[in-house]
Amino acid sequence: MTLPPLPSTERAAILRDSLAVGVATGAYGISFGAIGVSSGLSAAQTCALSLLVFTGASQFALVGVIAAGGAPMSGAATALLLGSRNTLYGLRLAPLLGWSGWRRAAAAHLLIDESTAMAVNRDSRPAARTAFLGTGLAVFSLWNLATLGGALAGEALGDPRTYGLDAAVGGAFLALLWPRLGDRLARVVALAAVALALGLVPVTAAGVPVLAAAGVALAAGLMTSRAPGSDASGDSR
Amino acid sequence: MTWLAILVASAGCYLLKLAGLSIPRAVLDRPLVSRVADLVPVALLAALVAVQALAEGSDLSMDARLAGLGVAAVALALRAPFLVVVVLAAATAALLRLT
Repeated sequence: MTLPPLPSTERAAILRDSLAVGVATGAYGISFGAIGVSSGLSAAQTCALSLLVFTGASQFALVGVIAAGGAPMSGAATALLLGSRNTLYGLRLAPLLGWSGWRRAAAAHLLIDESTAMAVNRDSRPAARTAFLGTGLAVFSLWNLATLGGALAGEALGDPRTYGLDAAVGGAFLALLWPRLGDRLARVVALAAVALALGLVPVTAAGVPVLAAAGVALAAGLMTSRAPGSDASGDSR
Repeated sequence: MTWLAILVASAGCYLLKLAGLSIPRAVLDRPLVSRVADLVPVALLAALVAVQALAEGSDLSMDARLAGLGVAAVALALRAPFLVVVVLAAATAALLRLT
């Protein structure tokens, strides 16, 4: 890959930050590996998710639905709905990265929360590319190594409930949700989703309550767009 | 069946990423689309938290998982990192089950 020139000090600084993000994110691949096998997946299936799906929240969602006794396909559907936010990241990054052909096809696999966050605020294309690739590759390598370690450790542990791993799944989802609760609309949507999902648990198959909650987001988006100025999202010009 | 779900999720998640880098910006960059897309993860994650903490098959039950979730919430409010939050949730539930 030939990158246009970037001052070596800036390049080194970007790569150092990328590695730090990779280490921090990779570390929780350990919890994904352990939770994956405790949800009833094999170590190979857990590792395949990290290698091929490679977007954390979607992976946790798929194993979470399976752990709750849901059909694997409703787990996959939930994973896809969560993965749709990567499409928006791509829309934002495409003009900045400026790749086409096989480079774009390869870069797409690395398009995740962390690589987007590290690349999106750069002021030049070389800097954005360096941050995107550095972060993406660091997270990919460490996330997969950590998943393997966690999966092997999880298999050796025995009954996951003894170690509270079922509670760890809920904690992981809450930690992924927490930074998204910044504005009032998001908090209202979250509460409505909780109420709908819990209401559906006794009357639907496992996996359905979570999928149905996506409807809350759609309804909230439609309602706020029909009432311009009713929320603080800043779209009313 | 699990492998098939893994492959569907893999192919689908990759195509969603590739679409973002390939689709002309104007097609999806509308206020409604981006607002719904921002809210979908919120709704799904909130539902996953609730189901994971309270569902037991087709019943709802309050047990050690809910205590683990409460401790996780406190840790998040104190700005604890991801791994600490997850470990505290697990440790809380594990300790309660010992007693």
